[in-house]
Amino acid sequence: MMEILTTFSRWALPVMMMCIPLYGMLKGIDVYEAFVEGAQEGLRIAVRILPYVLAIFFAFSVFRHSGALQAVTQPLAPVVRALGIPSEVLPMLVVRPLSGGASFGLLAELLQQHGPDSLVGRMAATMQGATDTTFYIISLYFGSVGIKHLRHVVPAALIGDLCGFLMAAYICRVMFV
Amino acid sequence: MISLIWVLLVVIGVGYAAGTGRIDGVTTQALAAANNAVEMVLGLVGVICLWLGLMKIAEKSGLLDQVARLVAPVVRILFPDIPSGHPAMGAMVMNIGGNLLGMGSASIPFGLKAMAALQDINQGKTVASGAMCRLVILNTSGLTIIPASVIGLRASLGATDPTEIAATVFMATTASTVAALSADWLLKQRRL
Repeated sequence: MMEILTTFSRWALPVMMMCIPLYGMLKGIDVYEAFVEGAQEGLRIAVRILPYVLAIFFAFSVFRHSGALQAVTQPLAPVVRALGIPSEVLPMLVVRPLSGGASFGLLAELLQQHGPDSLVGRMAATMQGATDTTFYIISLYFGSVGIKHLRHVVPAALIGDLCGFLMAAYICRVMFV
Repeated sequence: MISLIWVLLVVIGVGYAAGTGRIDGVTTQALAAANNAVEMVLGLVGVICLWLGLMKIAEKSGLLDQVARLVAPVVRILFPDIPSGHPAMGAMVMNIGGNLLGMGSASIPFGLKAMAALQDINQGKTVASGAMCRLVILNTSGLTIIPASVIGLRASLGATDPTEIAATVFMATTASTVAALSADWLLKQRRL
């Protein structure tokens, strides 16, 4: 089953790169012109995104490097331990929704420190893989179309992240202990 | 909501740095973060342009409609408020499909394209529509079959079976997606 999934993943992109232009050619459209037109749109999107990404990077970086992130996570350690999450994994829970790069770096650190086959390593890896960078995606997606009123998206997405983390902790304990 | 979090992060960060004698680092870190953001977005520009270029071909040739017609029944259950022939449908199908396959940032352009199409049929132009909320939530909850980057990292650090976490990731991501969609459904009735 996994074999099929990884093979599929490896082939999906190249096959698309080949089939999309070929199909366009067969349908008789100006393939090259269409590609350039679409690519130009990409540049506009990138320019619109930048301020939103910058805002998140700036705020989170100040928060993390001041030591405040650590100060916030420390008192929470007993609580998460009661939920079956080792306290070493705790910073993942806080960092994961805020910064994909930072949580990936954190995961690499944990895997090096505890070993990729340790419970801490497997749990952190599961958490990294199972949810995405919530705040980044929210700012990116809504920012790209100029939406300012996000309604209930932030709480709903965070509830999802929390459930994902709890399930990750639970399933890793069941499978790997 | 995001304004409050943002202000809190900055105020607490600067305040804490001042209190612990780390105020010197704040300016450096803030400037470094600004540079990182530019590098990160510039790094995305190539991928976005490449995929939107290909997408434009798929769109103009009618290929996208063909693909969307195949996968649409599943997506339509989640988005009953979007007309089946609407361009948003095709982009959402590609976005969700890309996430499932672990394409990572390669599926972001499809998501942004879908958001633009959803904005066309959005009544309040600065207020998120229900469909937008659901699409964003499907992305934040990280629904995926192949967590490619994590498997790669585990392999590079010498895990005995790097792909073994795919199963636990799938369980956890299913939980987060179901929970987030349920929360979305429960919270959307409330008027803010």
